[in-house]
Amino acid sequence: MENILWNVKTDKVLSLIKEGKRADERKLDEYRSISITKNISENADGSAKVKLGDTEVYAGVKMMPGTPYPDNPDQGTISVGAELMPLASPEFEVGPPREKAIELARVVDRCIRESKTVDFKSLCVREGELVWIVFIDTYVSNYDGNAFDATSIAALAALNLVQIPKLEDDKIVKGEYTGKLKISKQPLLSTVAKIGGKLVSDPTLVEEKAMEARFSCGTVDDTIMCAFQKGEAGSFTVEEIDECIDRSFKNSKEIRKLV
Amino acid sequence: MAKKNEKIEYVKNGKRVDGRKVDELRPIKMEVGVLPNADGSAYLEWGQNKVLVGVHGPKEALPKHKQNPYKGLVRFVYRMATFSVPDRKNPRPGRREVEISKVSGEALEKAIFLENFPNCAIDVYLEIFDSNAGSRAAGITAASLAIADAGIPMKDLVCAVGVGKAGGEIILDLNKTEEDAPDAVDIPIAIMPRTKEITLLQMDGLFTKAEWKKASKLAFEGCDQLKKMQEEALRKKFDTAEKKK
Repeated sequence: MENILWNVKTDKVLSLIKEGKRADERKLDEYRSISITKNISENADGSAKVKLGDTEVYAGVKMMPGTPYPDNPDQGTISVGAELMPLASPEFEVGPPREKAIELARVVDRCIRESKTVDFKSLCVREGELVWIVFIDTYVSNYDGNAFDATSIAALAALNLVQIPKLEDDKIVKGEYTGKLKISKQPLLSTVAKIGGKLVSDPTLVEEKAMEARFSCGTVDDTIMCAFQKGEAGSFTVEEIDECIDRSFKNSKEIRKLV
Repeated sequence: MAKKNEKIEYVKNGKRVDGRKVDELRPIKMEVGVLPNADGSAYLEWGQNKVLVGVHGPKEALPKHKQNPYKGLVRFVYRMATFSVPDRKNPRPGRREVEISKVSGEALEKAIFLENFPNCAIDVYLEIFDSNAGSRAAGITAASLAIADAGIPMKDLVCAVGVGKAGGEIILDLNKTEEDAPDAVDIPIAIMPRTKEITLLQMDGLFTKAEWKKASKLAFEGCDQLKKMQEEALRKKFDTAEKKK
């Protein structure tokens, strides 16, 4: 459904961006302020809340014993869930995750999984029988654009705090832990929107309404990338992708200091 | 499939595990107009991958609240048959299929004159009957053909290909063995070859920017070859129709 008010707002965004300006006076490659609150849930094995401007995401990790996949009997795994909560935006509805939430979860999953920051072999308890599955679940509680980056920061912040529960007779002993889960790299997504032909980092909701295309790049450090995802109907030239990649390295380097 | 821990040389004397060169596509067959009940259709074989696409529309977009008074919608449905993978696939669409449907539809939108079809939908239904790495690229390439076959006006055909890395080598169109390499990087990419615009780009695996530069060049070259095959497949349908007259 088209909303006339959004059309007026996006026209304003487009005319500002043509002059290289943004409604909140940020530079085109500048992020909103980020705040991270650690350990927001005592029941979680690791948890964090992230605010990226007005976008707010809760993330919690639960480690659960499970059976390994037959093709990888000596490896545990991770699972990322994302929920766009109805209270976060009038556009989000109650019910099972739709394609927008599924894409979000899968891209954050890809960024963490492919970075190999969690050694899946270290999650093996008994080969072929028992492994740890690290469930990373995220909840967008207020939506003002760029859920990809906010969720990826929250997921990593929570993961960095994970304590491995104690196992007795293959069951978790509540409240007892055997040590920290080893996180060897700090993978983060960094997203650029293409608006009116210009590249704009960390888009707000109204900027997302005006964007033609979106590109997220996951980086693990200053030289290695671990994930790409292009979204929306527009396109990028290869030169624009190169510029987005450079920005991702630069912006994620700053964010990494906070996580 | 290669056994675990077995050391594979992914490129030996310039040849890959299946005998291809680093910049060589698997054998590809394309045919359009294969489904009488669809407005446009295509069948594509790409190595072991087998894809069938049917396009219905443009038609009124229903339910009505989904309609956009400024442009038409592309509704892309990517599904895999239960027998198309080594283990039986659960017939219920999974998260992977939902995500691929979303990004594949978005990859085609830019190429279609959607502003000509306000309040309408173009439904693209795609089924994979056999797979061996690169099925989403095969799907987008086939879907673009089926949309053209439906007579829907387009700015360009969309070509998609996988590119990436196995055993330290940057290669075009990875097969399953290559995709399972310990250092594998898989980058599905869709391109409108005339304007060199990228409409789909994903990646998983560890990659540097220098490697990406090399890989993107390979992908553009691969897509140029694909576009020639697509044009030939479309031309063939009309040549055959002429002969029947």
